[in-house]
This record gives sequence, C-alpha cells and structure tokens, in this order.
Amino acid sequence: MKIKLLESNDGRPNATSSRSTRFLGICLVLGIPVLILFAFVFSPKDDTMEDAVRLLYIHVPVAIFSYIAFGVTAMGSIFYLWKQSRWWDTTAHASAEIGVIFCGLTLVTGSIWGRPTWNTWWEWGDVRLVTTLVMFLIFIGYLALRQVPASPHVRAKRAAIVGIIGTINIPIVNRSVEWWENSTLHQQSSLTDGNLEDLTLFTWFLGTLILAIAYVWLMIHRFRVGWLSTEYESLGYGAAIEERKAEADLHAGTRSGTTEEGEVE
Amino acid sequence: MEFRDAWSIALKDLRIELRSRILMNQIAPYTLLIVVLFGFALDANTQTLRDTGPGLFWVAVLLIALLAIQRAVKIEEDDAARERMLLTPVHSPSVFLGKSIALFIQLFALEILLFFVMLALFDLSVEDPLLIFLSAVLATIGIASSGTLYGVIAAGVGVRETLLPILLLPVIAPIAIGATRAFGDSFGRVDADGWAWLGLLSVFAVVYTVLGMLAYGQLVEDA
Amino acid sequence: MNDVIDLREAVVTLGKFPALTGVTLKVTQGEIVTVCGPNGAGKSTLLNLCAGLLPVREGSAYVLGENLRENRRAIRQDIGLLGHKSGLYDDLTVEENVTFWGSMVRAGNDEIAEAIKFMGLDGRLRKVLVRQLSAGQRRRASFASLVVQRPSLWLLDEPHAALDTDGRDLVDGLIQEAAASGATVLLVSHAPKELSSPSGRFVTLAGGRVTSDINNEGSGDGVS
Repeated sequence: MKIKLLESNDGRPNATSSRSTRFLGICLVLGIPVLILFAFVFSPKDDTMEDAVRLLYIHVPVAIFSYIAFGVTAMGSIFYLWKQSRWWDTTAHASAEIGVIFCGLTLVTGSIWGRPTWNTWWEWGDVRLVTTLVMFLIFIGYLALRQVPASPHVRAKRAAIVGIIGTINIPIVNRSVEWWENSTLHQQSSLTDGNLEDLTLFTWFLGTLILAIAYVWLMIHRFRVGWLSTEYESLGYGAAIEERKAEADLHAGTRSGTTEEGEVE
Repeated sequence: MEFRDAWSIALKDLRIELRSRILMNQIAPYTLLIVVLFGFALDANTQTLRDTGPGLFWVAVLLIALLAIQRAVKIEEDDAARERMLLTPVHSPSVFLGKSIALFIQLFALEILLFFVMLALFDLSVEDPLLIFLSAVLATIGIASSGTLYGVIAAGVGVRETLLPILLLPVIAPIAIGATRAFGDSFGRVDADGWAWLGLLSVFAVVYTVLGMLAYGQLVEDA
Repeated sequence: MNDVIDLREAVVTLGKFPALTGVTLKVTQGEIVTVCGPNGAGKSTLLNLCAGLLPVREGSAYVLGENLRENRRAIRQDIGLLGHKSGLYDDLTVEENVTFWGSMVRAGNDEIAEAIKFMGLDGRLRKVLVRQLSAGQRRRASFASLVVQRPSLWLLDEPHAALDTDGRDLVDGLIQEAAASGATVLLVSHAPKELSSPSGRFVTLAGGRVTSDINNEGSGDGVS
C-alpha cells in the first residue's frame, strides 16, 4: 500500500507525527468509544454465543489485519530484493512488528472467546488456531533476526528472504494442519449466513474500519521511527570520514611519509 | 550450475565428518539419550510410548538436525571457507546443493540408527516399510534443504546457536506434522492415510530446495 | 600496459565505520606493489575491495577492467586472495584441501600436484591434517591452494607471516614468477624492508587513504 502521507515537505519524515497522522489519531480516539458503545450496548446478544460474540468485534478485524500486515511484509521484502530501497525494507519491518502484535492479540482474544464458547482455551485440532500460532512464531523469528547487528543492507537482505519464506510457508502450514486434524471449530463465514442482525453486521464493519485506521496510523508512526533510526545509523558519516582522514595526517605528520611500518595506534 | 561441484562439496563435508566423528561420537549418543529421556518422561507405559512413538521420533530428528546444521555451518566458518568459495567460479546453487546433500546423508544415517533403537525400545511393529522409507526420505530432504538455507541465514551473526532454532523450527513444523502422520500410519498407530502426506512432504522438499538454490547466493554475499 | 587496479576516491564502509576514506590508486599489469601503514589503516579492507568482496560506497573502482560499482562478481575467479583466514578445512589433509580447492577452480591433477610440491609440502606433510600443521606449514598450504588457481591478480595479506627463511624465499620467488608471467601482485607487509623481492613500489596507507606512493625504481609520484 502506497502511503502518500509518509513524506513531509523535504521528502523525508522528520518527526513521527504530522497533520495526517494526528487526524487519524483523532479518528481513533473518537471511533474506539463508539465501537465500544456499539459492541457492548447497542448490538444484541448472539443466539448461541451469547455475550461472547462481543469479543468477535475486535477478534475478527485484528486477525484480518494481522494477515494483511504480514502480506505487506512479504510485499515489502520482495520489493526490497528487487529495488534495494530502504523504503521497502522499513515498510516490511514496520508491518511485521504491527503484524506480530495483532497476531498476538488475535491468539489471546480468540483464546478468551474460546473458553466460554468451545469450553476450551486452546483447541489443537483447529486449523486456523494452529496456523496462526505458527505464523506468529515465524514472524517472532523474523523480528529476532532484525535485532541482530549487521550492516543495513545485509540485515535487510536476510530479513527479506526470511520474510518471503515465512509467508510462503503459511499456506503449507495451513494445508498440513488441515489434513492433520481435518476439522475446524471456526464458523465458516458467519457473515454470509444472512441471519445476522443489521446492528451486529454494522458493529463488525465498524470494528474492521477502526482496525484499518489503527493499522495505518501505527504503520505511519512505526515506519517513521524505523526511517529515522536508519537515518541515525548513517548520521555522522561525513564527520566519521573527516575524523578518519585526520588520522592519516597525524600519521603523515609524525612520520613524514616514510615507507616504514608505523607504530601501533 | 554444475552437479559435479555440488558432489565435490558434499564429499568434502562427508569426509570431514568421517575424520572428526562429531556426528558419530557426539550427536548419535545424544540421540539415544533423547529416546531414553522420552521413556522416562512418559512412564514405563509401553502403550503410551507406542502411540507417541512417531511424534517422538521426529521431535528427536529435529533436535539432532539443529546440531548437524550448526556443525555444517561451523565447518565453513572456521577458516572463512565460505568467503574463499566466492572467489571461485563455482555457482552458489551448486554450493547449496552440495551442503544439502551432505546434510541429508548424515541425517538419514542418524535416522536409521534412531529408527531401529526406537523399534526395539518402544516395541513397535512396521506395517508399511515402503511408506516409512519414502516419508523419511522426503522429510529429510525438506529438513536438509531448509536447514542449509536457514543455517547460512544465521551464519556469522554471533548468536547463531540461539537464532537458528527460533528461525528454523516454526518453518519445519509442517514436516513434523506430515512425517509423524505418515509414520503413525505405517506403524498402524493412527487411522490416517499416510500416503496422502507424502504429497505435502514432497511439496515442502521441492519448495525449499528451489528457494534455497535461488536465495543462497544472495545470502553468502557480503555476509 | 593495462591498469589492473584503478581506484579513484573509493570509499568503503564497514557498518558505520569508514574503513577506506577515499583511496586513489593505479596499478598496472605485472607490477608488484607493497602496501604498508599502521594497524587499522585499512590495508586488509583495500585487499577485500580489490577482490570484489566489499561494496564501493563512493568514488570509482575498476579492477581487471570491470567496474566494481556495477559488477563485483565478474572478477572474483581471477583473484587470488590470501587473508588472515584462507579457507582451509582443519579435518582434511593438505593434499585433500589443495585438491578440493583445485577442483573448485578447475585445476588439473598435474597442477595440483605441482602446487603442493612447489610449496614444499610433498612427502610426509601431504597426508597430515591441516589441524596438526604449524602456523608456517599452514601458510604454505594456503599458498598451495592459491597457486592452483593461477590468478591474474594476487592480493596477499602479510604473505610472510609465520614463514621461515625458506618459506619467505619461496613466496618471494612465487611473487616474482607471477609478476613475470603477467599477473599483478598487491601485498600488505609489515616489514617491507625485509622483502627481498624487487617490489619497487611502496604505497603507504593511513586513515583509510593513500598518504605516500614511492617508486624506488623511477621517480616517486607522491600522492597526498
């Protein structure tokens, strides 16, 4: 996703907030209480899930956006290997971090929801549950790799390859778990059943919209933090060159151009 | 890419193993130790051990694979042989294949040992030897290729020992599932169609061999 | 004569550290150039740069006619790089190591046997594990695995380190022979005076750049 907002006047973000992110932030501040109101007050209980259905207004959107976030990471990784641009690397990293948080939230909210509904915190036989867990672990590894010190290009290249392989692996994991137990407790798309109340449906869409805004808002901030930190890494490059060149003058001054091997620093 | 180069590299790794005997003198006893510990952990109940046998087998294989991969990476790191290889006309897919083939042969040898030990200790009987053989071959190709690939990703970062497991283990989860099911079926322990799992194992093996050949060159560069 | 190495204000960074801050150096074919300078001057980095192993951040760099900013791989198989580490496998014998690297660089069996013999490693040492060699013998084995490659550009990082007098003479002979047959040699040395070879040219590196370039045979063309 191309985010135009990412660039300020000089083409680079110089702070992590701008008018557009503040606008998104205000939307979230206003939107979240509205979502809570709809989720807890206005929308009706579910016939079978009772009050637990209210958790789904956050669980489902957060799950959707964790998948989207990892998709963006994979895309950023591919584009990085292709274009070698720091922009894509920073995008991939930012999205992976948000994806891991969303994915963790998905697992936690799902688990809490499963307790009253399926009568268990965790169900090993469920395809989506296990796939999501493995995906979570793969991207934890991705983030761990990013923490390892290396030159920016080497780090970005390694991370990009791990990001792409991790994403390719997700359908394989999904297949394997599906054949493994061949069962799911998940509703096969409750949305298309047609017997949902309008208000339930609306709350669901509202939740998705809020999470979309949250994702974009977090992405912009995280991207800018990432950008600035790589900027910081290359900061002082000119000064470092000058400092190092000065070492030469020092050497030349004391030795005045002898060919003799010099002293130990 | 030349297969001859791959083969020379594989032979070189195997020869080093035959000399140093790390696999034989250290990793193999470790394998046996794992099996004995499983026995202790799961009570002296042969029925439980029989039911969980296929899963325990593949968990043990994953653990020894981690050690074997670390060893394969270390061989190239000790005297900067990986960088030296960059200054030869050998193509990186050949290097990847060679390292994978050597890892495959070593792991497969250990699996054979582990298999017969478990057969005896857990009192298992084989109903479908061909399925056992094919699933072990395919699963081991997958482990060897993904292991070689992730081994070089984790190489030279100083925290290789800890980074490799968290990168690799989630990725090879499908192998653990698939091979366990296929073994369970061949031992007659579970009611699953073991042959269907061979498809998944071969997809994994092919995907990781291809990805490895493509990515290896990128990874050894500047690393 | 062709310029084998042509660097102009080449900058190389290792992480954040600018190891080379703008090196300008021209070396023509058949030359033997000695690079000296204090510890941490960027000598080893210069060799790695010329081997096409490091990216050039600024300036221009041509080696063996290839632009390193565009393609660092093309030249690599013509480079013989002897670093502090040289890719020997501890658990293989001298002969196995040289044979392995020989087969990687497409050398014939004769060339492999010749290289082992040339470095004085035939006889008992041939069948000894590299792990058991002394530092000097190990150095000889490293050289043997380079000799089979017949590189057009030799990049040697302290080639005399750990070698005895015989070994030094051997290496000096090797360098001269290589230069005479059209190869170019760039070597880093801590003790250039001890070098018996007629390396006429001494380049001093400090602070990541060339501070002096003295040609004993002709007039020194000083580079500031």
